[in-house]
Amino acid sequence: MAQARSTTLQAQKTARFSQSTQEAILAYACLAPWAIGFFVFTLGPMIASFVLSFTNTDMLTGIKFIGLGNLRELLQDKLAFQALSVTARYALGAIPVGICLSLGIATLLNQHIPGRGIWRTLYYLPSLVTGVAVAILWSWIFNPRIGLINAALKALFGIEGPKWIFSQQWALPSLVIMSLWGVGGSMLLYLAGLQGIPTVLYEAAKIDGAGAVHRFRYVTLPMLSPTIFFQVILMIIGTLQFFTEPLVMTNGGPNNATLSVMLYIYRKSFQQLHFGYASLLAWVLFMIILAFTLLVIRSSSLWVYYEGELRK
Amino acid sequence: MALPAPMEQTSKSSRERPPLSRRASRVTGKVVLLLIAAIGAVFFVIPFAWMLSTAGKPGELVWVIPPVWIPPTYQWRNFVESWTLLPFATYYRNTLKITSLTVIGVLISSTLAAFAFARLRFPGRGILFVIVLSTMMLPWHVTIIPQYILFTKLHWVNTHKALWVQWWFGDAFSIFLLRQFFMTIPLELDDAARIDGSSRLGTLWHIIVPLSAPALAVVGIFEFTWSWNNFMGPLIYLDSQRLFPVALGLRLFQDRSGTNIQFMMAQTVVFVIPVMILFFVSQRRFIQGIVVSGVKG
Repeated sequence: MAQARSTTLQAQKTARFSQSTQEAILAYACLAPWAIGFFVFTLGPMIASFVLSFTNTDMLTGIKFIGLGNLRELLQDKLAFQALSVTARYALGAIPVGICLSLGIATLLNQHIPGRGIWRTLYYLPSLVTGVAVAILWSWIFNPRIGLINAALKALFGIEGPKWIFSQQWALPSLVIMSLWGVGGSMLLYLAGLQGIPTVLYEAAKIDGAGAVHRFRYVTLPMLSPTIFFQVILMIIGTLQFFTEPLVMTNGGPNNATLSVMLYIYRKSFQQLHFGYASLLAWVLFMIILAFTLLVIRSSSLWVYYEGELRK
Repeated sequence: MALPAPMEQTSKSSRERPPLSRRASRVTGKVVLLLIAAIGAVFFVIPFAWMLSTAGKPGELVWVIPPVWIPPTYQWRNFVESWTLLPFATYYRNTLKITSLTVIGVLISSTLAAFAFARLRFPGRGILFVIVLSTMMLPWHVTIIPQYILFTKLHWVNTHKALWVQWWFGDAFSIFLLRQFFMTIPLELDDAARIDGSSRLGTLWHIIVPLSAPALAVVGIFEFTWSWNNFMGPLIYLDSQRLFPVALGLRLFQDRSGTNIQFMMAQTVVFVIPVMILFFVSQRRFIQGIVVSGVKG
């Protein structure tokens, strides 16, 4: 054994590179696939799309540099503002309601009620179905004639439901309702967070005379705030980019009532071949997402509480 | 199938039995909660029920109002008939090909990268990891147009390559998840392997990978589900119908099946089932994965 060790040490000493250099080389080799991917598929395209937003090109007849021409076109583009408005309203609807709902369900299913595990599975299942399948299923559920929702409204309350995705007023709210169907994933996260809250805190609160609502507000919410923070950021990034549902269910209609920015970018680039203008739109959306994300991060010191955080 | 139960919230120390009124109100409370849970569950379950029910209805029954929930005979032939209306066999072949190539690629490239971040020391490790993390948050629409241009130059457009090749170059989320997991494996095991003469890569292959089966399974399942349901990528890159994955095929079917919703729902059921089965089979791992990646922020 000693002999093997000394030969290894000798081999190391006589090797061309030191051990730490060998380790670094190995590390870079392991990271090479990711690095190549990063430059070729992420950073490169990011820079390229930034440059493209100053050009006018359809990819077939060459690229023409037009400086701020796209920006000028954007400022006059009513449809772009409509898309921004639609996307903003969707996010404003889906995020708060989604968080409240998933938090509420998680709290509910954290109580000791019979069949708790089964309820959790049932609430979680829909979030497994994503994209196209959900859009198609719900486009029939929202169907004014034979859809479930209108049938239920008729049967339970005797009222004639709206035309949902075929109505200019109700199309976007329909998409928001549909997004709520998938809160199961967030629910799981909050459940895990809830279970991580030390019971000592609740007991201390009870001793101080705090009722259930107070305990929720002053123990549960602060302890869950990191999870909520994480979720808010994910939802901002997700909802501002919604695309599949408006495309498959309403194709941006009726009358552009569900024209999301992403859908608009898709049309401008892959259908109308206005790649330069679409790139600018993409960067505008990116800046908006970034701005809101940074806003949330900045505000986090006000409302997010970390158990193990060092106080300044 | 039940999700794992949590720890006890209240300590059941020995105390006197509370008065009848308090016990009664506690039971009422539980009943109320149960009712709320049940009513809420309706919202989540009923679309599935409707989907399954409609898939088995004969054509005429679909448009009946109020809806008939259980058709007199379940029309299994809807599944068979709808299968041939469009080349679904081809679509599923395509989806399986794209998905498996994607999953394998992500697993290999992300394991290597996660290994480097978790086990190796090298200059720039911190910064590079921050870059990896930040790409997780990058909205993909910023890169989609130049990527399309790049893929056109590479002649990957209208081939499956545009959909799976890039996943052989790592995926930030998977790298993050795996790195977190690798870091929970004791270094002593690595040392033991090294003393026995194993190289570092050997340690990865013989020690870390086998012990990371749960995390690798989670990554595999996430990527499988994502790729299986992926719609936008195929929409942008594929023109020829014979290359379509099921996600695109379903949308095409929606246009073609017209009023035959039962066919549409039948094929939607078929599409949704593999992911469901995968979930039920690997429940605990799945949830573990969400928790590991989510709660730690």
